Amino acid sequence: MYVRDTIAAISTPAGEGGIGIIRVSGDRAEDIAEKIFIRNMSGGMKSHRFYYGAIADPDEAVSLDEAMVVLMRSPKSYTREDVVEIQCHGGYLVVRKILDLVLKQGARLAEPGEFTKRAFLNGRIDLVQAEAVIDVIRGKTDAAVMLAQHQREGHLSLRIHEARENIVYALAMIEAYLDFPEEDIEFAEDCEIVNSVKGALGKIDNLIDGFDEGRVLREGVSVLIAGKPNVGKSSLLNTLLQEKRAIVTSVPGTTRDIIEEVVNIAGLPVKMLDTAGIRQTDDVVEKEGVRLALEKIAIADLVLFVLDGSRVFDEADGLILDAVAGSNVIVVKNKSDLAPVMIIPDLLLEKPAVEISTVTGTGIDALKELIFSTFIHNRAVDSREYVVLSQARHRDVLQKAGGCLKTFLENFGAGMSLEIVALDLRDALHALGEVTGETTPDDILDLIFQRFCIGK
Amino acid sequence: MVVFEKSYDVIVVGAGHAGCEAALAAARMGRSTLLLTINLDAIALMSCNPAIGGLAKGHLVREIDALGGEMGKNIDATGIQFRILNTKKGPAVRASRAQADKQQYRLRMKRVLENQDNLELKQAEVTGLSVENGTVCGVDTKVGIRYPAKTIILTTGTFMRGLIHVGLTNYPGGRAGDPPSIGISDHLRELGFEVGRLKTGTPARLDGRTIDFDRLEVQHGDAEPTPFSFSTDRIDCAQMDCHIAYTNEKTHDIIRSALDRSPLYGGVIQGVGPRYCPSIEDKVVRFPEKSRHQTFLEPEGRDTVEIYPSGLSTSLPIDVQYAMYRSIHGLEQVEIMRPAYAIEYDYVDPIQLHASLETKLIRNLYHAGQINGTSGYEEAAAQGLMAGINAALRVQEKEPLVLGRNEAYIGVLIDDLVTLGAKEPYRMFTSRAEYRLLLREDNADLRLRDKGHVVGLLPDEDYQAFQYKRTMIGEEFERLRFGKISPAASDPLFLEQLGFSGLKNSLTFEQFLRRPDITYSHLCQIDPVSRDVPAIIREQVEIQIKYQGYIDRQQLEVERAAKFEGTKIPADFDYGGLSGLSAEVREKLVRFRPDTLGQASRIPGVTPAAITVLAIAIRALGAR
Repeated sequence: MYVRDTIAAISTPAGEGGIGIIRVSGDRAEDIAEKIFIRNMSGGMKSHRFYYGAIADPDEAVSLDEAMVVLMRSPKSYTREDVVEIQCHGGYLVVRKILDLVLKQGARLAEPGEFTKRAFLNGRIDLVQAEAVIDVIRGKTDAAVMLAQHQREGHLSLRIHEARENIVYALAMIEAYLDFPEEDIEFAEDCEIVNSVKGALGKIDNLIDGFDEGRVLREGVSVLIAGKPNVGKSSLLNTLLQEKRAIVTSVPGTTRDIIEEVVNIAGLPVKMLDTAGIRQTDDVVEKEGVRLALEKIAIADLVLFVLDGSRVFDEADGLILDAVAGSNVIVVKNKSDLAPVMIIPDLLLEKPAVEISTVTGTGIDALKELIFSTFIHNRAVDSREYVVLSQARHRDVLQKAGGCLKTFLENFGAGMSLEIVALDLRDALHALGEVTGETTPDDILDLIFQRFCIGK
Repeated sequence: MVVFEKSYDVIVVGAGHAGCEAALAAARMGRSTLLLTINLDAIALMSCNPAIGGLAKGHLVREIDALGGEMGKNIDATGIQFRILNTKKGPAVRASRAQADKQQYRLRMKRVLENQDNLELKQAEVTGLSVENGTVCGVDTKVGIRYPAKTIILTTGTFMRGLIHVGLTNYPGGRAGDPPSIGISDHLRELGFEVGRLKTGTPARLDGRTIDFDRLEVQHGDAEPTPFSFSTDRIDCAQMDCHIAYTNEKTHDIIRSALDRSPLYGGVIQGVGPRYCPSIEDKVVRFPEKSRHQTFLEPEGRDTVEIYPSGLSTSLPIDVQYAMYRSIHGLEQVEIMRPAYAIEYDYVDPIQLHASLETKLIRNLYHAGQINGTSGYEEAAAQGLMAGINAALRVQEKEPLVLGRNEAYIGVLIDDLVTLGAKEPYRMFTSRAEYRLLLREDNADLRLRDKGHVVGLLPDEDYQAFQYKRTMIGEEFERLRFGKISPAASDPLFLEQLGFSGLKNSLTFEQFLRRPDITYSHLCQIDPVSRDVPAIIREQVEIQIKYQGYIDRQQLEVERAAKFEGTKIPADFDYGGLSGLSAEVREKLVRFRPDTLGQASRIPGVTPAAITVLAIAIRALGAR
């Protein structure tokens, strides 16, 4: 259906790029831009002009990123609606955060191909041009595409179907109660309905949790190698890369810049950040390296805290311990080929730890395993059972459905009239309909007639 | 074929519940109307259950009444037991139901028809249609008369090629005691219609003198009967009781051991039966774990001993029927007055209809009732009414009246029929209405009186009474928004009892009523003026205030869907020339030929993308 609401999406390919573009289309596009785009110039934006400024959440007054923003007023735009494009730095997180902000201001996440669909609906492009896009849109419900999606995303649709079954069941029980007051049938207990809905909600919540894992699989994660000088950070990076990249010497402080390399761990793209050793230093260049390293610790998804196992835990190690205290940490005790000396301080005991030797290669697999499992909790990742939500659209659908189910549970628990709480279940089914196909009244009646002996 | 001397505006074929409403509507709208029936003594006969209403069906009756139909008035005048169902549930799922005096019901309806201006009644069996250039222009009857007319409404019920089954014995009949209608469905097939076969059934009629009612559970009517019709002030007649009995394992054994003599299980019956109204043998087979099945023993009238045992329809042989009914506690000595039977009949798949109920194939021909695959008197009457209105409007060269899914159950019913078709007999349920909270019995007049009046069906007198009611509702809303409860001026003890302790600012009466558990009776304690507000106004205002948030939510959805509902697709639209449609969707659209984009969007298998393509193409057509 064509509804004139305002839509938004990330228009650049997923993943890291030099630049990221968030596109917003609809009546409220300009309005939203004005709310989140801070610039020095006064007055409104003119159409088709680039403006420089920063994107910030008006509620929190924290700037997310500097950005270039262009407003293209209707009808001179791709969709023939008011369109705003926000160009920002290309990091996944930044782009995603700006999109979230735009959505928070009232835009809706665009469906695949929806900008083109609007261009088509508003007569900007003709049918032939739009057919390719139409195929994508149609793909949502087509069984063949569904199957492809199924294979690509594990059993996502199957799981959603299971949730749908739970909801259909609960709704059928309620509808039977409403529509057949004269029949001699045993109506479902309240707890049966609640359990069924809770079951659906559990499945949906699981899928939403899996979304982050899906994002991680697609986008990759950043892992920072931290440690005092000469504990073997660069050796570890080279071991993981299986080639020599970082300069490895036994002279402490050799790595001054941040070195970035991507390694593939069981399909998980991991961006390894090798930093300068962190220590108190007077060397200007090295000092800068330390500052960078400390900064990066704060934003890395995971920190590998490398220690030299053949030595005692000293003050320099302690300095790093303070720096990584708030991070996701794996303790890597290097040099297991040498006599073990180090006693890990209590503060680190709860953190996952692994002993390795970059010289013999011992423990490297265990470390990889540990990195992987930090992000991907489900060990069945390689099996077909693994379900991840890799598309924001699916997450959107599931969040909508989950929200409806939560409202249902609240209202049902509060003893609200059943014909009213039935609305919440219908809304949940309607949301899931994007993936499972629409649930018709006949589907509900089918279940009622299967389960209950009805009829005079 | 002799051509009759007079030509009519509207001819209605069949005088069941659909036919009566169709004929009355057309005649009341000033059209010269002829009603033809196989048996003038069987007008508005309740062939099955002697009852009107129930969930969703009661809603239909109220809507028929609001538009100016007769069913509500007829049952109010001839009912013998009235009940409101679901009184403990919300207003949207409350529904009226009444037991009818079967003979009085049909006699009163016949009287109303006979006293109606512009309406003639004749006994005749229609065997074919007279069609010229794709437009119907009359009907042919068995005795060789052709009645010319501008429009024809077919309401054939179970009569077209009706076949009655009692055990493995079967014989042609339109209903027990009446002949079938032969020829017309063959003619429809020749004209190009897809004709299918359905099945339904009815229980035996029992001799009440041979039932031991003292041993059965009794079911009374409501202490104060509520009328169906907005025009009926009150119902004063004495009410009769129903009784409840149950089958048992012995009954089920008897049924199971006789299945080999069932036409249903022996494969003799080909037609598809309704799942929601299964025969007792169906219930026993499909739900073997159930140790008993309930039956309501419903009196067929005040002046008869005949009893209708609901839920016990069967097509088993007569000896099995005796054994089965007599195995029921309280019915050990029961005598059967009329045997139970199943009936198969021809129907015309309703996807071949416009939402006006005019056929897409033949102009000026309308179908209503069981011919469209529905079951139930109320569903039939609703369609009959709309077909009558639309045939009359056609004669007046006006646009048809099509009710939206957000406006009436009648709209849901007809939209379901024309977009989904009927694979089994269709019955209305409240769960079929996505805007259920908007479609209540209590507001049927607010939803539909205007429409009934605009088409010229609803008499001025009824319309004025309605306008008065609507004004009063409006004024009461104003009063509630203006009137205030101030904490200072109120009895603190009373406020505390109602959970308003600590109330600081004053509260409007409307805000007060919006609170859960607060009703007008509470308001009356604070505000003496509220005591003078008539109950019918109070009810409407209270429901609207309490439901407000949900009504708004549904209204929003209605607005969202409105664009498609209003977009018409030209009847001659060339789907073949439209690229961007899959072959499957194209085939469906060509087969259904939907009238609007809204209809198209509800045809199973038609994707949102296809609708988009269609929308653009139609817009392009309009621009040209």
